[in-house]
Amino acid sequence: MTSPIAGGVDCDLHPAVPHLTSLLPYMNDYWRDQVTTRGMTDLISQSYPTNSPISSRPDWRPAQGKPGSSLADMQRQALDKFGSAYGICNPLYGVQMVFSEDMADAFCRALNDWLVKEWLDKDDRLRGSIVIPVQSIEKAVAEIERCAQDRRFVQVLMLVMGDMPLGKRHYWPIYAAAERLGLPIGIHAGSAYHNPPTSVGWGSYHIEDYVAQAQAFQTQLTSLIVEGVFARHPNLKMVMLESGFTWLPPFLWRLHKFWRGVRMETPWVDRAPLEIVRSNIRFSLQPVDAPPDGDTLNRLFDHMQSDELILFSTDYPHWQFDGDDVLPKGLSRDLVRRIMIDNPHATYARLKMKETTP
Amino acid sequence: MNIQIRERPEAGASAGIKTAIADCDIHPARATKDELYPYLAKRWYAHLETFGVHAYQGMMEGPPYPKAQPNASRRDAYPPEGGQQGSSLSFMQKQHLDPNNVALGVLNPLNTGQGLRNQDLAGAICSAINDWQIEKWTSKDARLKGSVVVPNEDGVAAAAEIRKRAGDTNFVQVLLLSRNVEPLGQRRYWPIYEAAQEAGLPIGVHAFGFGGNPITASGWPSFYVEEMVGHSQCQQTALASLVLEGVFERFSKLKMVMVEAGFGWAPSLAWRLDKVFSRLHAEVPHLKRKPSEYIRDHIWWTTQPMEDPESRDHLFQTIEWIGWDRLLFATDYPHWDFDEPSRVLPAGVSDANKQAFYLDNAKQLYGIA
Repeated sequence: MTSPIAGGVDCDLHPAVPHLTSLLPYMNDYWRDQVTTRGMTDLISQSYPTNSPISSRPDWRPAQGKPGSSLADMQRQALDKFGSAYGICNPLYGVQMVFSEDMADAFCRALNDWLVKEWLDKDDRLRGSIVIPVQSIEKAVAEIERCAQDRRFVQVLMLVMGDMPLGKRHYWPIYAAAERLGLPIGIHAGSAYHNPPTSVGWGSYHIEDYVAQAQAFQTQLTSLIVEGVFARHPNLKMVMLESGFTWLPPFLWRLHKFWRGVRMETPWVDRAPLEIVRSNIRFSLQPVDAPPDGDTLNRLFDHMQSDELILFSTDYPHWQFDGDDVLPKGLSRDLVRRIMIDNPHATYARLKMKETTP
Repeated sequence: MNIQIRERPEAGASAGIKTAIADCDIHPARATKDELYPYLAKRWYAHLETFGVHAYQGMMEGPPYPKAQPNASRRDAYPPEGGQQGSSLSFMQKQHLDPNNVALGVLNPLNTGQGLRNQDLAGAICSAINDWQIEKWTSKDARLKGSVVVPNEDGVAAAAEIRKRAGDTNFVQVLLLSRNVEPLGQRRYWPIYEAAQEAGLPIGVHAFGFGGNPITASGWPSFYVEEMVGHSQCQQTALASLVLEGVFERFSKLKMVMVEAGFGWAPSLAWRLDKVFSRLHAEVPHLKRKPSEYIRDHIWWTTQPMEDPESRDHLFQTIEWIGWDRLLFATDYPHWDFDEPSRVLPAGVSDANKQAFYLDNAKQLYGIA
């Protein structure tokens, strides 16, 4: 195995909302009343059924409640265990699935406030991602601006499968706000289920939905690059979370080839896709979709032609690895340091800002 | 890539290649709209004249994502006698089959009855296209072999069309497209797989098609380049569906060819499938083997558009992960992103691997002596 080094940044932790009622204290009277009167119970996404094996490592599954719902467990099993100096919380509560932008807005605000009170306030190492009601650009930007006043929010969080491809100009005000405030956009596996979860329709199985996340990341990366997001926002960083990364080299060979062939269609794309990825796109470490031998993995890193792309993550409490094997076999000490410390700090500029309010 | 029209010693001739090759993706076209009518009952060409085709997308004329070139084809591939690119056998022979030493050419007709909403119309057009392939192409040039096109959304009718063509040596495979109403592993398509296995015909799954679903899991993208790059993602998902639904467990002799969707993504997809399967096998207990084993045993890949990394070592390592015995050379003639056979492989490939890549794998798969 490859040993982690102390002081790393765990870029993908999933604190779980125990129940929709846990958010009631963070809603106004109207929404509290809506939730209770209409009998809404919980917002668990089909992307992560609570008892699915991938939703929690067996030895991280609590005796009671949802995996990831206990701060003490997260501290013991992830933060202390791997010696992380920082951990970035990416709540995957299914607020993106609701169809009303007003309801989504109320739930996002509650979720972000809940994260501050129940997690960030209780452990200095923790940082947060701002969950936004993406159906409404105005409300999404307002929520980013509201939360960004707390420097512990270090990123904006979106799902990889939403209503429209993420490069669409419709979303650009979100990217402008994020760039202005020094917040990377984190794009996490998962679907709002507003479209079929694969590009060829609805599959039969949960396993298909999960495998399809990787293809969804690929199409989003195409969209973001060819629509010109990074020509307009050159300082914007985006982080693909729980995306896998071994698909990246052949994906870029293809995108590069077709971009060269039909670049007259998108003349604003002024740099090769590989260059754009190197300067603007990062990937979380887990899951590592590769065979367990170090030799193959090192070849894959060689195919990626950069050691700056990968950011350390445990994907806690999801089941991506066993025991202490959070780092795949065969990584050099230098690469471990880059993945665990240098690359995350180069990506998340706000990590070291200590003050909680301006 | 597209070649500009310019002065040439012999108009449209290719640089040529010395060794014989198989071209596993050639697109024959109709010269005129009514070329198919002799193969259709009067009822159906009257229907076409009145209502046109009724597809799972909105455009009556032309594709929803306008191509980079007219008909997505080379500007130097218009036949001298007129008609669209790919519609003249004699010009195809002169421009491509002869100079490129094509010993076996597999025809994959597009714009057939596949992906139509009216299943009776779909069946009539597909059957007409199959007759047309024999009469216009395969009976006139023994190097050319056809693909049985089928009304893919009506599994029973599709199976009947396959059985009708079984044993006919004009055909070497059944053709499906990657994007359908449902993912390709779904049971509505199983009669197709059953009939193909019974007939001993591989199934070519060509990138493309419209099945009514947005072509990304996040809705409709803006640009043709997204559709093009996206074919490999649609194909990955279709293949994952085929594996996870247990199609290869159920039809253990079925062979499939992934056509024009790339192959570089195959190792990563197989690793991902294996890894997730190790966690979630309880959900798919009908699978008796690891996903990667089904892929290794049942899937072939055509090469065009060729993977083109900066480093040839990256290409060779990727091919070794897949197997030199699994790649089938293809040009995509007459489409604009045609791969020139003499330039497609970098230096450093053994003669045995070249022979497999250019010809032998295809002959073996398609049962050509």
